[in-house]
Amino acid sequence: MAQQPIELILTRQLASYLATPMFLVGPEGELLFYNEPAEALLGYRFDEALEIPLEEWAGAYLLFDPATGERLTIDEFPVVAALRNGKPDHTTLVYERPDGGRVPIVVTSFPLIGEGGALLGAAAIFWQDGER
Amino acid sequence: MRIQVWGTRGSLASPGTDTLRYGGNTSSVLLIGSEGEYLILDAGTGIRPLGLAIPDDVKRIDILVTHLHMDHLQGLGFFGPLFNPEIEVHIWGPPTTTQSLHTRLSRYLSPPLFPVRLRDVPRIPELHDARHYFRVGGMRIRADRICHPGATVGYRITDPNGSCLAYLPDHEPALGERHFPGSGDWTSGFDLVRHADLLIHDAQYTDQEYPDHIGWGHTSIGQLAAFATLAEVRRLMPFHHDPGHGDAQVDAMMADLSQRAPSIEVLPGRETAQVDVAPN
Repeated sequence: MAQQPIELILTRQLASYLATPMFLVGPEGELLFYNEPAEALLGYRFDEALEIPLEEWAGAYLLFDPATGERLTIDEFPVVAALRNGKPDHTTLVYERPDGGRVPIVVTSFPLIGEGGALLGAAAIFWQDGER
Repeated sequence: MRIQVWGTRGSLASPGTDTLRYGGNTSSVLLIGSEGEYLILDAGTGIRPLGLAIPDDVKRIDILVTHLHMDHLQGLGFFGPLFNPEIEVHIWGPPTTTQSLHTRLSRYLSPPLFPVRLRDVPRIPELHDARHYFRVGGMRIRADRICHPGATVGYRITDPNGSCLAYLPDHEPALGERHFPGSGDWTSGFDLVRHADLLIHDAQYTDQEYPDHIGWGHTSIGQLAAFATLAEVRRLMPFHHDPGHGDAQVDAMMADLSQRAPSIEVLPGRETAQVDVAPN
């Protein structure tokens, strides 16, 4: 497997040290990494052995619009919106954990644009609404 | 291809009786390609004596700068061929998102740091961003950004005969890694270095020194042994010796490295070293 760009390597290293949940995807939306605080909030362990395609990982996460209660489409996932629109995104949503419990989550996502304007992926930091 | 090492010291030129064998000049390596190309890797103080040894019939020289810290640039103003209008000098350096290579080089090659401006040399060098892939004569060159403070690239240079040199004199691949090395795809510099016939790489610190210098952009002996083993390089030249390390200390570090990377031939990074880089 080819080496990831240095920007993604350093972002992943940063995420691994943060106490804030953080999620990292590649240029096609493929899941590259999420950290231990994200594991705790999402209720899923990160599997180091896999890079999961967008449709596969996004299909496993149940995200809802807090105003309408409608399930978000993949394009409405904040990290996907940041990736596809090439600009930061900030939103509040509801996440349904694997145990069925629902939690409000605030998400800030941003594209990772490298030297020469190359779109390398996107990252999202998020936390449970109301927590500090 | 053949290399000649003219400067191997890191951070600061360190002449003196304690550095006679490994040398006190900062980074500069001459690479002569199999089709007669003259490439110079970095323009530290070693490039001054290197310039004196360039044969008269050489009419083009390409200087590949990894980054613009002073120990990799300070010799440029004293490089004789830069002032010879019969020689075409090309300088390749890491791009940034905000300033051109000319702007950044001119910070040094202008008063008050230097009396002669870049625009005032008799034949103005051609400047190029070292980006991804390019060629110099028959040499195929790959430049990738690597983990080191500020814009920094490493180079992978492949000769038409298939021999491959990787040059990463300033590199901290272990920065932020909880368990180094991890997999190659998440390791800075891995693609540049993989299966190289010769790797010239940062070896500034002992394992005991590294914890006090995290984030400074350099590598410990233990990290280098692990990185080179992961990348399965054939030969390894430790480079960028700390200015505070005398010859005896560097000897001990070379011995330590050989012991910890037993599958790799270690060639001590000494000023005046000459190595033929042949394909495996």
